[in-house]
Amino acid sequence: MPERIEFWGIPNTWGSPAIYVYTLMALATILLVYRFYQRARLWWRVGRPEVRWDHLHVRIWRLIKYAILQTRILGQEYPGIMHIALAWSFFVFFLGTALATIDAHFIKILQGNTYLIYKFILDTFTIFFLIGAVLAAFRRFIRRPRRLTLKPAFVWSLVLIVVTVLAGLLTESLRLAVEKPAWALWSPAGWLVAQAWIASGASESTLMNWHVGIYAFHLLIVTVLIATLPVGTLLHILTGPLNVFFSKIDRPTGRLAPIPETMNGEPVYASTLRGLTWKQLLDGDACTECGRCQDVCPAFAAGKPLTPKEVILALRESLRQDGPALLGKQEKQPLLVGERIKDEVLWSCTTCGACVRECPVLIEHVDAIVDMRRYLVIEGRMGIELQGALENLGRYGNSFGQSERMRARWTQTLEPKIKDARKEPVEYLWFVGDYSSYSPTLTDVTLKTAAVFQKAGLNFGILYDGERNAGNDVRRVGEEGLYEMLVEKNVEVMKKCSFQKIVTTDPHSYNTLKNEYPTNGNGHRPVLHYTELLDQMIASGQLKFSKKLGYKVTYHDPCYLGRYNGVFDAPRRIIQATGCDLVEMPRHGDRSFCCGAGGGRIWMAEGEIQERPSEARIREAVKLDDVTTFVVACPKDVTMFRDAVKTTGNEQRLAVQDLIELVYAAL
Amino acid sequence: MNIIILVKLVPDLVEELTVDASGAALDMAWLRLIINEFDDHAIEQGILLKERGGGQVTIVAPDVEGIDDVLFTAAAKGADHLIKVKGDFSAGVNNHALARALATVVKGLQPDLVLTGVQANNDIDGALGPLLAGLLEMPYVGYLSGVAIDGAKTKVRKEYPGGLIAEMEVTLPAVLGVQAAEQPPRYVAVSKVRQVMKTSTIEEQSASPLDPSGGPKISRMFQPETGGRATMLTGTADEVSTQLVGIFKELGVL
Amino acid sequence: MTQDIYVVIEHLRGQVAEISYVMLAAAQELAKGQNGKVVAVLLGKNAQGLAGNLAADRLISFDHPGLADFTSDAYQKVLAGLIQKDQPRAVFFGSTSIGTDLASVLSIRLGLPLVSSCRLFTPEGKYVSQICGGKIMAEGELPGPTSLVTMVPGGYKPEQGQSNQSPAVTQGEVPSLDSLRVSLKGYIEPAAGDVDIAKEPILISVGRGIQNKDNISLAEDLASALGGVVTGSRPVIDQGWLASSRLVGKSGKQVKPKIYFTLGISGAPEHAEAIMGSNAIIAVNTDPAAPIFNIAKYGVEMDLFDLVEVLTEKVKAAKAS
Repeated sequence: MPERIEFWGIPNTWGSPAIYVYTLMALATILLVYRFYQRARLWWRVGRPEVRWDHLHVRIWRLIKYAILQTRILGQEYPGIMHIALAWSFFVFFLGTALATIDAHFIKILQGNTYLIYKFILDTFTIFFLIGAVLAAFRRFIRRPRRLTLKPAFVWSLVLIVVTVLAGLLTESLRLAVEKPAWALWSPAGWLVAQAWIASGASESTLMNWHVGIYAFHLLIVTVLIATLPVGTLLHILTGPLNVFFSKIDRPTGRLAPIPETMNGEPVYASTLRGLTWKQLLDGDACTECGRCQDVCPAFAAGKPLTPKEVILALRESLRQDGPALLGKQEKQPLLVGERIKDEVLWSCTTCGACVRECPVLIEHVDAIVDMRRYLVIEGRMGIELQGALENLGRYGNSFGQSERMRARWTQTLEPKIKDARKEPVEYLWFVGDYSSYSPTLTDVTLKTAAVFQKAGLNFGILYDGERNAGNDVRRVGEEGLYEMLVEKNVEVMKKCSFQKIVTTDPHSYNTLKNEYPTNGNGHRPVLHYTELLDQMIASGQLKFSKKLGYKVTYHDPCYLGRYNGVFDAPRRIIQATGCDLVEMPRHGDRSFCCGAGGGRIWMAEGEIQERPSEARIREAVKLDDVTTFVVACPKDVTMFRDAVKTTGNEQRLAVQDLIELVYAAL
Repeated sequence: MNIIILVKLVPDLVEELTVDASGAALDMAWLRLIINEFDDHAIEQGILLKERGGGQVTIVAPDVEGIDDVLFTAAAKGADHLIKVKGDFSAGVNNHALARALATVVKGLQPDLVLTGVQANNDIDGALGPLLAGLLEMPYVGYLSGVAIDGAKTKVRKEYPGGLIAEMEVTLPAVLGVQAAEQPPRYVAVSKVRQVMKTSTIEEQSASPLDPSGGPKISRMFQPETGGRATMLTGTADEVSTQLVGIFKELGVL
Repeated sequence: MTQDIYVVIEHLRGQVAEISYVMLAAAQELAKGQNGKVVAVLLGKNAQGLAGNLAADRLISFDHPGLADFTSDAYQKVLAGLIQKDQPRAVFFGSTSIGTDLASVLSIRLGLPLVSSCRLFTPEGKYVSQICGGKIMAEGELPGPTSLVTMVPGGYKPEQGQSNQSPAVTQGEVPSLDSLRVSLKGYIEPAAGDVDIAKEPILISVGRGIQNKDNISLAEDLASALGGVVTGSRPVIDQGWLASSRLVGKSGKQVKPKIYFTLGISGAPEHAEAIMGSNAIIAVNTDPAAPIFNIAKYGVEMDLFDLVEVLTEKVKAAKAS
């Protein structure tokens, strides 16, 4: 009967093999735990406290989805398959070893058919693993994609795990070569290799000696693997799942945390690592240096000094180097911002969230960048253009430096006048937004929006010159005090109004009004983007189209509408309803490529760039044959992309239109 | 080094300025008062001097609506003391009256150096700085883009047209009129100002009754005639460009 | 006490500043109505040679080594003595780096009323001053018996203040110039730029409306297309978006090009006075009330970003054909 023999072929001459095995494993484990603890304790000793133990069921589900099934990694085909080949195989090997231990000391399960299936699965995964290893080697040595860190440490890890598995395979094959059991085919890989030994004609004792030797070697290698895990690149085996488990739950991606305060009410800024939370420090250690975030970052693509990967690795490096000093009492604490991470790197971020969406271990790059920006703002370290915009926002409530009284100037030509929500009750409060109100190039689009609302019989009003910038990007720039001031002003005006729902033109206003504004006394009223509203109105029949436009269009998902708030389908349904043909760009939906204006970037000097993100995006669109219209749903997108169409010389080829313009034309 | 900085608020030129019913004064209804841009530079220069050479910076300003915010912002930048001078400033006063009101306060502070903006957009009877200098019998140099303290003297850089700079030495105590600080006025975060509001106080001092003599009487205020205005070109960007090309040709440059 | 109008002549490094001629022109107008004479007042060292073309009835010259270069304390001392002794109807100073160092202090010291930023006088002898960036004018009686006035350019042509006949000269008595609290250490020449903008016939000038450094390339494109040079107003230079050699304004260069094409410049007095001699000012600004439109020959009320690239293309096309 087939069964697993514990320590087959290992002699007792120097004592029971179990002693060696368990002693070595115990030592290795102690070393593992000790070194890991040394690393991990820096997180909570240096970093600020934060509650991340809530919603355990969600966290466990995330562990299964991202750490075990590894769905994010599978988002890319080649590296996805490569990694699950390596990772799942090791899960299986680990389970296999666990089962073997139980079988040896507690319950004899590995016998009969169970044993055969057990062997078959292990062997299949060995083959799977080796395929993965070949894929990995090919990728790392031949393909050499830019986003990977091609350091020797990674090669060492790959070699270590491959050698481990090969040693195990060889051990098995040597046993099979000696035993030649009837069920050998249930270990196909081992049996195949065994043929080589059999063919060599070596004697049984030779094979037995080799078996012991390779077994011992395998044992040693595994000891080394386990003991060096916390200091090598395989640390992500522990930190990755931990990071996934502790990822943020209660905040939707679109909500930032307020500035933390000490017990005396003093604000804490991220000048040093001590200003960051333990979870943010864990982010640094969980990073596998895969570089997927870098690949999707619009700032990096433009040639700016920012790459999310390097920011996170800088956190790790800082913790490693400055950790001990930060725990000491010395006067001059090593600075994080300005020294480890340069100002310009932090200012380059558009907060588009693509990095956060891509990361296989759920690192939260944007929050860390905003936290560090908050420090820069309090120190007054920013470009003069951003300073001017913030001063204007503080004084006039808009970044254009124009009087509040000019905010509603665009309404002057309208008949009938739009209701003043401050004076009469309305159903929908239309929060127009700065760009739609003040920018002369967008007046046309704003007027069309008003016309569409009116034609659809919507009961709506605006705040006229009572409206202020909603503050989304002010907050992302790190000027939290100014953000609070703007929120106060807007809430004060809104409190005096009577309305049921808010509808916004701009996805940035949408994000902050929906996710970050305080709930008012009478419950949080629904906030809609105009695409959601129009979608509802089309479905209910309130909004009807009289013609089919028949354009071939592509749609650019705005970062704060799509990726941050999950509104992908509503705009697409509207496009369909207007009778247009939608062709998707390769990067669409939550993989949409940012136009480059977010995170306050539209207020800053462009600086040195190689290729504007907006231009790259237009080039992506132009590759779609026959597409004549580039549809957007954000006023800043309109501005950025219309410029980009001009500067890339595509004026004859592609027209940039806001979705409302299609709706207006089809009414 | 005891540095005093005088600050006044002026109409924000972003808003439309109109003349009131009397025909001789600005309509205050839509007027927004903001810090005189040059006084903002004076504050920056004063803070820089303190950062470089130590000393105390005191801001002195007339008590008008909105002055508290301005004073606290200066404190958040590094000013040590804030003084607002109470008086009947509501109807608007000329600089002679303002200078007299502030002179007693400033004298009492025994300054080494008084900094203020070289001019303000609502000056009708000379700038505040030199008038104060006259009252305090201190030397005055204006149009400065650089100030350095050198013992009992100060070295200044005075701007002339064409980018020419004159380096002068002035014995202290003196009043200086700042055109531009050595670096643009720094940004101070709103939360910092709010923080400072909780910890700083503004000292109040009273002014003697205001004496505007020395300033002219204004019998009429008006917006400049639009006669002699430009010929406005209208149309789309395309149309206007064509017109402009025609004008360039007429002028002989194309 | 006389009805004469005294004009404090401003000169720098051997050159009479244009404002002096503007003031003389104003003085001539005012003196006519008052039946007074125009008296030019010149402080300096061996500076009489500068008096050649001043349109004044006479000149009082204060010649002293200590007055060779302007310093506020020295000049104040001399003028205080003169004004106190002669008590003219009015004394004109330039609203400049020189004049403003003097007028206000003398107003307090001598107890004389002061009117600043005066642009012109009405036929009845009322002053008309500009305030609030040129957006508001204030008018009133010129206080008597003696008034101090600081003047800005724009109300009179400098040519009106020039004459072929040099005025008769009297020597003034210079008081003791000891214990002065302000002394001159030296001059610093402006950085030599790649171009002398005062000599260029076509200037494309950018103001705050250009918004940031990167957008200046739009102006550069237009300038290259037209064969001109890019200049800027004070805010643009202060931010470091253009070199200081490109500054047009009170503290920068005064220019009189064939075409002065402005993008996003409001036309505040400090800038306006430096471009007033231009042959043709063409202004682009979104604010219809911008003061620049009062001195421009042609105006476009449009966002410069909507116009400038289209215009550059058309200019290139016109040049090509």
